[in-house]
Amino acid sequence: MTFAPWDDPANEPLIELRNVTKRFGAFEAVKSLSLKIYEREFFAILGPSGCGKTTLMRMLAGFETPSAGEILLDGHDLTPIPPAKRPVNMMFQSYALFPHLTVEKNIAFGLKREGTPKGEIADRVTDIMRLVQLTDFARRKPDQLSGGQRQRVALARALVKRPRLLLLDEPLGALDKKLRQETQFELMGIQETLGATFVIVTHDQEEAMTVSSRIAVMRDGELAQVSTPTNLYERPDTRFVADFIGEVTILEGNVTTASRGSVGLAVLEGADDLHVVTDTPPPTGTRAWLALRPEKVSISKARPDADNAVLGKVLDIAYLGNISTYHVELANGSIIKAQESNRARSDRRDITWDDAVWVSWEEDAGVLLSA
Amino acid sequence: MNRTLGQRLLVALPYLWLLVLFLGPFLIVLKISLSDLAVARPPYTPQFDLSGGWQGVKDFFAELDFENYVFLTEDSLYINAYLSSLKIAGISTIITLLIGYSIAYALARAPRRWRPTLVMLVILPFWTSFLIRVYAWIGILKTEGLLNQFLLYLGVIAEPLTMMNTPTAVYIGIVYSYLPFMVLPIYATLEKMDESLLEAAADLGSSRLAAFFLVTLPLSMPGILAGCFLVFIPAIGEFVIPDLLGGSDTLMIGKTLWVEFFSNRDWPLASAVAILLLLLLIVPIVLFQRQQMKQEIGR
Repeated sequence: MTFAPWDDPANEPLIELRNVTKRFGAFEAVKSLSLKIYEREFFAILGPSGCGKTTLMRMLAGFETPSAGEILLDGHDLTPIPPAKRPVNMMFQSYALFPHLTVEKNIAFGLKREGTPKGEIADRVTDIMRLVQLTDFARRKPDQLSGGQRQRVALARALVKRPRLLLLDEPLGALDKKLRQETQFELMGIQETLGATFVIVTHDQEEAMTVSSRIAVMRDGELAQVSTPTNLYERPDTRFVADFIGEVTILEGNVTTASRGSVGLAVLEGADDLHVVTDTPPPTGTRAWLALRPEKVSISKARPDADNAVLGKVLDIAYLGNISTYHVELANGSIIKAQESNRARSDRRDITWDDAVWVSWEEDAGVLLSA
Repeated sequence: MNRTLGQRLLVALPYLWLLVLFLGPFLIVLKISLSDLAVARPPYTPQFDLSGGWQGVKDFFAELDFENYVFLTEDSLYINAYLSSLKIAGISTIITLLIGYSIAYALARAPRRWRPTLVMLVILPFWTSFLIRVYAWIGILKTEGLLNQFLLYLGVIAEPLTMMNTPTAVYIGIVYSYLPFMVLPIYATLEKMDESLLEAAADLGSSRLAAFFLVTLPLSMPGILAGCFLVFIPAIGEFVIPDLLGGSDTLMIGKTLWVEFFSNRDWPLASAVAILLLLLLIVPIVLFQRQQMKQEIGR
């Protein structure tokens, strides 16, 4: 059975936000936001900078108090509890390691504050250091560690307290790309091993897609969409989400015909209407947008036998080794991205700049959006 | 590595400067401290005179002795003056630390746009002569001074307090004068401290007080040490403040030195006092330098 506690309404969430609003002066950073996060989830909050995701996380940690609304943990209001007393720990973006303490003492810091017995502290610190592979660095100070090692100390220091909820604020932002990818998988492994609930805040959509069970896409203090990575990619609710997650071409047009499950969309003058399959056809005469993922669009010189095919001119070719992305300009100036994998070595060499080409896709390849 | 003559000269210049302007005078004072008092001008003997030839030089060195140093150990006045200086400098340093840390902490926590102005205010007293500022304290502390008038007006006291010419006045003077030297280094360490460290401490279960003692205080230690040395070292040799505010019963080595030089005109003994003071200061100065070095390496 797949892990999807959010689908069963009988499940109690671990964390529930009810109409949470946060104002700084006249500025509303978070606007009446409601959200449920379940036990053992790896939940990502994704959004561009300034969307309120950090504020949201700081409210969960207790560094900010909501201006309105409540935050429940296991059904109990968390708002009046100060950060020091919450069963929530945070891994800071800057890591915030104590520079005057060794790795070991940094990790033991939180346990000492709770008054955990000495022997238990030593055991738990040893265990967690083994988990994050820091055993050899126990006596080092933070400034004698590499970026990746510091990141692991920060993670261990927060995890050793066995929080009900672990918050990670851009945890991999300071690492270079290769290390970041490795660490993403490490993080997932650790989360699974411990069975803990993680909430990660990031602006990196790839990172969010990789690690999380569900993603909340935020925009201007509101939730744009909360769903699984697959759903967000294949079935975005809005143009914002479609555009924010992955590459996309968005075509704007008028709805001409709308019958059960199928819609005609007039995008180009003098050309055939585009056929789109959708569960919720908008009324005819309204504006609608078709979101097309480049890998679902084909490109060819001869007119193909497909549900939708339009003629255009190759404007640009981005060769990435394994795949090539063609930017094809249509008669009305809009650009469609088509991606082809370079399976054969000289494959597609016949298409080059300024060629007249057909781009085509099936009627269920794209998503029709009305917002 | 081969250096050109110009490079060598450039490196030699500061050493030359120290040689001429520090080591030279030091040797002269050392020599005077080994001489005897004489009713002459200058008031000591022997005088260094090359006209006597080699025999003259030999005679000159034969006349130098440690008499004055022996005398310093015999008369309890000097030992007491040294000890009293250490005590006054020590206590003043502690008081300055407590006040200075509070000010530095408040500065570092003030809104960012206010900080330059506030730091400016800490430095501002330096624009007025040190001497004049100490004189100003006489106007505040004397029997009919501002402070007594104010306290009488408030009805806190029935008759004026005697503050001038007491050790209290000396402490007030030293703490006031040296406060910026304590505030600035501590402020520098507090100001660059990452605020998320305190959030991390809170997140890991520390109260605000615990976070202060476990995180803020240890991290500001370099500033505290630098501030303490910067106050303690000059305070030991302080002369102006005890002279103007302390009256006759405050014994400090700087004042004793001045009296020997200018009132008693006993240059040899005064020089001996000065040399001993220097030796006394070498210990904290060396400690201070070692601490600064350690910090450099730690960076």
